[in-house]
Amino acid sequence: MLIERKWKKWLYFYLPMAAFIVFTLFPFYWMAITAFRPDNELYATWRQPNAAPLWTLHPTLEHFVGLMKTTAFPTWLWNTMAIAMVATGISLVCGMFAGYALARLKFRGSEFLGTAIFITYLVPQTLLFIPLADIVRDLQLGNTPWALMLTYPTFLIPFCTWLLMGYFKTIPKELEECARIDGATRFGAMVRIIFPVAIPGILSAGIFAFTLSWNEFIYALIFMSSADQKTVPVGVVSELIRGDIFFWGQLMMGALLGSVPVAIVYSFFVEYYVTGLTGSVKG
Amino acid sequence: MGGRRAGQDLHLSAEQARVSRLTRLLESEKALAAALLAPGVAILVLFIAYPFVMALWYSLTSIRVGEPGEFVGLANFTKALNDLIFQQAFKNTVFYTFWATVFKLALGMWLALLLNRHFRFKRIVRASMLLPFIIPTVLSAFAWRWMFDPTFSVMNWALYHGGVITDRLPFLSSGDWAMWCAVLVNTWRGMPFFAITLLAGLQTISPDLHEAAALDGANAWHRFWHVTWPLLLPVTLVVVVFSVIQTFSDFQLIYVLTGGGPANSTHLIATYAYQIGVGSGLLGEGAALSLFMFPVLFAVVWVQLRYLKRMENG
Repeated sequence: MLIERKWKKWLYFYLPMAAFIVFTLFPFYWMAITAFRPDNELYATWRQPNAAPLWTLHPTLEHFVGLMKTTAFPTWLWNTMAIAMVATGISLVCGMFAGYALARLKFRGSEFLGTAIFITYLVPQTLLFIPLADIVRDLQLGNTPWALMLTYPTFLIPFCTWLLMGYFKTIPKELEECARIDGATRFGAMVRIIFPVAIPGILSAGIFAFTLSWNEFIYALIFMSSADQKTVPVGVVSELIRGDIFFWGQLMMGALLGSVPVAIVYSFFVEYYVTGLTGSVKG
Repeated sequence: MGGRRAGQDLHLSAEQARVSRLTRLLESEKALAAALLAPGVAILVLFIAYPFVMALWYSLTSIRVGEPGEFVGLANFTKALNDLIFQQAFKNTVFYTFWATVFKLALGMWLALLLNRHFRFKRIVRASMLLPFIIPTVLSAFAWRWMFDPTFSVMNWALYHGGVITDRLPFLSSGDWAMWCAVLVNTWRGMPFFAITLLAGLQTISPDLHEAAALDGANAWHRFWHVTWPLLLPVTLVVVVFSVIQTFSDFQLIYVLTGGGPANSTHLIATYAYQIGVGSGLLGEGAALSLFMFPVLFAVVWVQLRYLKRMENG
């Protein structure tokens, strides 16, 4: 073991660690405190002597009430949740099937297909949004949740396939072969033997896909036009800024409420999420 | 009675025959692979490959919203190259990507090294460090925009009352400042991704190597530079590639933080393409602008693929 002196530990460890924690978490603290701060305190200028902007002695729910009264926030939250769940479900099923095929089955062009799927993984949404908007409209999907439920898988399927392919490769072949000797079909062995063993990998892919869907912005911004179809990020951007006026209290309340569900899901599955995250960049 | 039985048997065996034909078909590796790959590939072809071809076609026409337009050759591309705002946006994108990646790598590496030690509350600290990456960027970018507010900025308040400044800092209202602010926010959001991925890499490095180096008299910096860094290089390269792609094609952070302003000083290729394609309805020109991202992304992906190949071969 390397032994360190106390002051050294403070200088090289506690101090930088504390700085990282403040840097990382302060914006969220600020988001939360703004959401509960009354307007007259909120709009105290930076030079005002008595302003104490780091906390508030008069927490209020006025922004919450305002948000609920003037916007369709609960609907946005529901839309975001439903879209993220359906898009994740579709991507997981496609990713499990495709990942299994690429990891286990021998067929011509499997290497080419693996590479092609990897490349689509790296195509950013901002490259294709203009023609995609026309395709969505031509398919009569514009302004319906299906526009997002079907397009989000474009960036989730490659990721799920890649991650699960890696996971399936780590499962010993013998497991399947035993089941096949006992008379199981290939498909049956995959569904009843391999998929259950791969549940940790599937969970990782699912959690990661869910947070990515929750975070998506540009497709939702372009494909959804009416207020009751929007997702939280788009609703907050387009409905809480009226003209040039920012309703900061309501904005931050909306941001906070839009962040909490995904943070809760994440907190339950931190380890799986981390596996998904680190797996997402492994070949 | 006997006839009905026979009929049922016949019916059953026909069904069994169909089922077993399907089963037999799926026993063939090729047929099963095709069936399993079909749904995913269908979605990717319909919503990635097809729009990509369409983007190429759009970029060669004068199509606008509600107007099919006609073939104009490379006019949209030459127009973009001569467009001062686009030139600015392209430079901004390179600047933004370069500096944000440098900071994310440096700070992410530092954070990973800190998190690799044993300390109390390690799990909860590590979990909370990932929050900027989990929380939707649009929502956290609003918190930053509020923190950078010209009149009500908490940072101006803190610096002023701490005696550091006498006049407020023009966070998002001056061009240079705004760009650096965008780099800062992008670094804040992307650093956890670097830290956690590099941490996973660090955990695979045997502590014996460090002890051996320490016994040989290497100080902490030498141990990092000669032991840790070379072993981390593969995972670092992959993380950087992912981050460059994400940052180069970024849209939402700038859209919320500055909208491309002041005076186009923070426009990126994606935000400018959105403004032209969606804001002004010039679909052909917008598609051409987006496609300027392609060569850069392609080069990055190519490096990545070559690297993966090399890993597989040796």
